Amino acid sequence: MNEFLQQLINGLSLGSIYALIALGYTMVYGVLRFINFAHGDVFMIGAFVGYYVAPYVIPMVGGSLFLAGPIVALIAMIVCSILGVTIEKLAYKPLRPRPKLTVLITAIGVSLFLEFSGQLFFGPDPKPFPTLIAQTTVVERDNLVITSTPLIVIGTALLLMFVLRFVVMRTRMGTAMRAVSYNQQAASLMGINLNTVISFTFVLGSSLAAAGGILYGSLYPSINPLMGIFPGLKAFISAVLGGIGNIPGAALGGIIIGLVETMVTGYLSPTYRDAISFGILILILLFKPSGILGTNEMEKV
Amino acid sequence: MKVHRTKTLLVVTLLASLAVSFFEKSLNPYYFTVIIYIGINIILATSLNLINGFAGQFSLGHAGFMALGAYGAAVMTRAVDATAGDPMSIAFLPVALIVGGVVAALAGLIVGIPSLRLRGDYLAITTLGFGEIIRVVIQNIEFLGGARGFTGIPKLTDFFWVFAFVGIVVFVISNLINSTYGKGFLSLRDDEIAAQAMGIDTTKYKVVAFVTGAFFAGIAGGLYAHFVSYINPAQFSFIKSIEIVVMVIVGGMGSTVGVILAAIILTILPEALRGIAEYRMVIYSLLLIVIMISRPQGLFGKGFNLGKLFAFKKSQA
Repeated sequence: MNEFLQQLINGLSLGSIYALIALGYTMVYGVLRFINFAHGDVFMIGAFVGYYVAPYVIPMVGGSLFLAGPIVALIAMIVCSILGVTIEKLAYKPLRPRPKLTVLITAIGVSLFLEFSGQLFFGPDPKPFPTLIAQTTVVERDNLVITSTPLIVIGTALLLMFVLRFVVMRTRMGTAMRAVSYNQQAASLMGINLNTVISFTFVLGSSLAAAGGILYGSLYPSINPLMGIFPGLKAFISAVLGGIGNIPGAALGGIIIGLVETMVTGYLSPTYRDAISFGILILILLFKPSGILGTNEMEKV
Repeated sequence: MKVHRTKTLLVVTLLASLAVSFFEKSLNPYYFTVIIYIGINIILATSLNLINGFAGQFSLGHAGFMALGAYGAAVMTRAVDATAGDPMSIAFLPVALIVGGVVAALAGLIVGIPSLRLRGDYLAITTLGFGEIIRVVIQNIEFLGGARGFTGIPKLTDFFWVFAFVGIVVFVISNLINSTYGKGFLSLRDDEIAAQAMGIDTTKYKVVAFVTGAFFAGIAGGLYAHFVSYINPAQFSFIKSIEIVVMVIVGGMGSTVGVILAAIILTILPEALRGIAEYRMVIYSLLLIVIMISRPQGLFGKGFNLGKLFAFKKSQA
């Protein structure tokens, strides 16, 4: 039972990070109808911004992690938002009218570019992520040890998801986003500036990914330039599982993938960890391609 | 007439590679290695071009098929205790390669089935997933050496077998493209719904493209395994698939000549740029982005013209 609880906490914290990244995939898909393959690498850049900025921020606020954590996260979110918008403007925007495959290949190119220029600039060796969350033991009995880190990770992720929900459902910009994802042409005829909405979507998605990167670094404190590949792919799988284009779906999918993965690692074999998510992807695409919460979309000729 | 021409080409390639193989011992071993890699990469890129370029089914799992071929062939040569230098063993190599190819083709059949329902982005991610699953499964099979890898594979690959298979793969694929199958592939790529409406059995064509492409990737894997004599699952990761995809895209999806040229250039280029090896993947990725934005049909694709290559292009579909 205790072991199960331990796995549950691990799974929920990993899952909430996947959920944060998955939200970026799903929002971009909703607005532009393509998979932003480079999203996982924006997450990696977020973690590295944290790595480089934290040593300056922590002494500046007098060593208080309570203040330093949010400030570092905010800086990472701003840097990644700029990065996300730049990628969109330089690489994706010129390709908007082109076939989807062209955009997909470009996105793969951007992803590789970030990974390998990361290796050049940050160095390929793993780096220790600075402590941004004060580590205290919350519960300790028998073999169950719950520290504050996973709880704060889950809490922060939930908070960000609520903020996102507020932005998407209650603000003018959010309404415009939903309109564009419902019908791009009609939305632009109604006077919605497509470029602004698309840039805003990238800002939202990239800042969530950056926050995810900081949380991931706090949870597994070793970061490297290729760390974005697998969390990125798994977050994408989460988005598909929940129904791509559907925001609550992405959050749900992330939690499910995180839980399944930790349970498989804990109870079966850690080596199958990466294969299981792809297995889930293939099954969901074969049997219910619209995902758990998604709606079927008819393809018109 | 076209078939006639490719047949002549095949015979010429076979004879030429046989002739060259007599001199292979006198060749500088470094150049020899590069030439063998060029051959293997041509097989990989032209076979992926059949799936990605002609049939339009974007696949990111080619390294997985290559891995199956490599392990399949290596198990065969181990089973008969083949040794390097022994003429009987060298003659056995094609049998092992074909077994590896068949294993890969079976996997191609399995991967081809979901492709019947998926398109574009989803298919790409699913094939990537299959490639990774193949890698993870091999990693967990103790008999194949697991993550430690498969050691002691006899060095049976020589110039002749590599270029004989280059000739065969180019021959088979060009003839396939010029047959009714070719028209079927192109119709799939250009408009699947319209093709279906015209009564084309899209299922059949997709499966044929995947099985044929996977078979030759398996052959390439077998040749690779018997050249480097040590394989491990990490060699066949997603990055390897991307490298093959880059060759196809740079060469031009659906252009056999272009893809062969790209395979040659992209094998030599990293060797020539050894001094800046860490920039290799950065250059590859920039190449992908720039080509997609400015020349999506590839450097040597439709309308290739040396003079025009550097001139400003007008517009592409």
